[in-house]
Amino acid sequence: MNQSRRDILRMTSIIGIGLAGSLFGSFNVFGAEWMPKSFEAKSLEDALKEIGVDKYSISTDVSVVSAEIAENGAVVPVSISSVIPKTDYMAILVDKNPSPLSAAFNIPEGTEASITTRVKMGGTSKVYAVVKADGKWFVASKEIKVTLGGCGG
Amino acid sequence: MKLFITLIFTIFLIYSNTFAVAGNSSTDEIAKYRELLADGNPAELWEMRGEELWKKKIDPKSVSLEQCDLGKGPGIVKGAYVELPRYFNDVNKVMDLEQRLIYCRKNIQGLSHEQAVKIPYGSVGNPSDIEALVSYITAESKGMKMAVSTKHPLEKEAYEVGKRFFFYRAGSHDFSCATCHSADEKRIRLQELPNLLNKADAQKTYTTWPAYRLSQGEVRTMQHRLSDCLRQQRFPEPIYASETITALIMFLAKNAEGGIFDAPALKR
Amino acid sequence: MPSPMRIRAVLNGETVEVKVLIRHDMETGLRKDTTGKFVPSHFIQKLTIKYEDRMVLDSVMGISVSKDPFLSFKFKGGEKGGKLSVTWVDNIGDTRTDAAIVS
Repeated sequence: MNQSRRDILRMTSIIGIGLAGSLFGSFNVFGAEWMPKSFEAKSLEDALKEIGVDKYSISTDVSVVSAEIAENGAVVPVSISSVIPKTDYMAILVDKNPSPLSAAFNIPEGTEASITTRVKMGGTSKVYAVVKADGKWFVASKEIKVTLGGCGG
Repeated sequence: MKLFITLIFTIFLIYSNTFAVAGNSSTDEIAKYRELLADGNPAELWEMRGEELWKKKIDPKSVSLEQCDLGKGPGIVKGAYVELPRYFNDVNKVMDLEQRLIYCRKNIQGLSHEQAVKIPYGSVGNPSDIEALVSYITAESKGMKMAVSTKHPLEKEAYEVGKRFFFYRAGSHDFSCATCHSADEKRIRLQELPNLLNKADAQKTYTTWPAYRLSQGEVRTMQHRLSDCLRQQRFPEPIYASETITALIMFLAKNAEGGIFDAPALKR
Repeated sequence: MPSPMRIRAVLNGETVEVKVLIRHDMETGLRKDTTGKFVPSHFIQKLTIKYEDRMVLDSVMGISVSKDPFLSFKFKGGEKGGKLSVTWVDNIGDTRTDAAIVS
């Protein structure tokens, strides 16, 4: 049995554990699949490939907002945004992490293509925003330095 | 020739100014990092759990903490923290919040001492009820002015003992609290060290504990912060909720008088 | 039983701003405990947010998301009094759903 079949079965059994059916009613329309391969990819290029990025362009209409220094790599606030029309997918990747793909978001119509969250960074690295809009891929990045600092304030 | 030199100079100025504008100092970027994290403090999750625990009836007596007197009367949580540590008539001694919580958990809820002091510092898989309760209780003092009293002789004594401890050099490195915290503008690597003898610094520091510590992934109380300081000073580990720590907290809390309490906060 | 989330949904003009704080260890599986053994991975894999019956955000996450995850985003078409619900599912099958009213 291949991995995606196992995933579907696992998802089905989770749904079976007392979740209201309607919640996952729209699952198949928009449902983001947790694909092990994209999260297990060890390099940025492999992760991009697993997400389905064939080719991309660097865009100034996509932004990664964060501080340049993170006091603690365990919690790094990052905002990714896209002003490109018809943006329907955004992902955050941390280049030097053991699992570069941090999180991915399906953006339905009506939702602003701007997400703020917190990622783990193993060390100083570039953080990428990868965006899909109207079938095309766009990328922006920012380097964030990670420091352990002193004795803790 | 003069025109040429002026031109070169102008270009140089523009170039160097561009760099000056673009190159933020480390402190600025760290400030930005902290600012970006201010929105959405995981400590709120601890506050929620603490409120539940305060109201929860537990064995053996099936009683909650809602009759616990934190100094302002039984069950009054609002504003209690900014007046702690304080003298308590019923025990004839000065207690800080955690000592008082232990007392209430034993005397009102019937827990044994061992149960009452269990897991003072949480970790993954072992959440601390005390840290949650402290989060809730301190949140109920947010926005209020620090107003610890030293009127009672035992309160005054606790302050003096705390002060003495602050300057007490010991341990393998001969450190005291004062070694790191008694002068302005000091830092360890990228961490600024507050001067706890300076009123503004003392206020800013004391009013931002407890805090969700990113490096620990837990809410840590002043008790933990001090215990950790002592570890870094290479002092022996203090007994949890000891008189010495209460005295030290008394010294710091009194020095922070008038400061607006702003915790639970978020820290590295 | 997983702990409750903290959800805030506020209407600002035409946009609802949502902020979610989740109590979750988000263990990577790469961390060692004090005995030297690897702490097993335990992290949220899927997060779905709905406004009434409409899906407003659908996310997959891995081990690179911070402990006690925080998420903030905005959507249009929400109204005061409307129900926002957030559901997460993690890699060991734990799940939690919480709701909040748009204010």
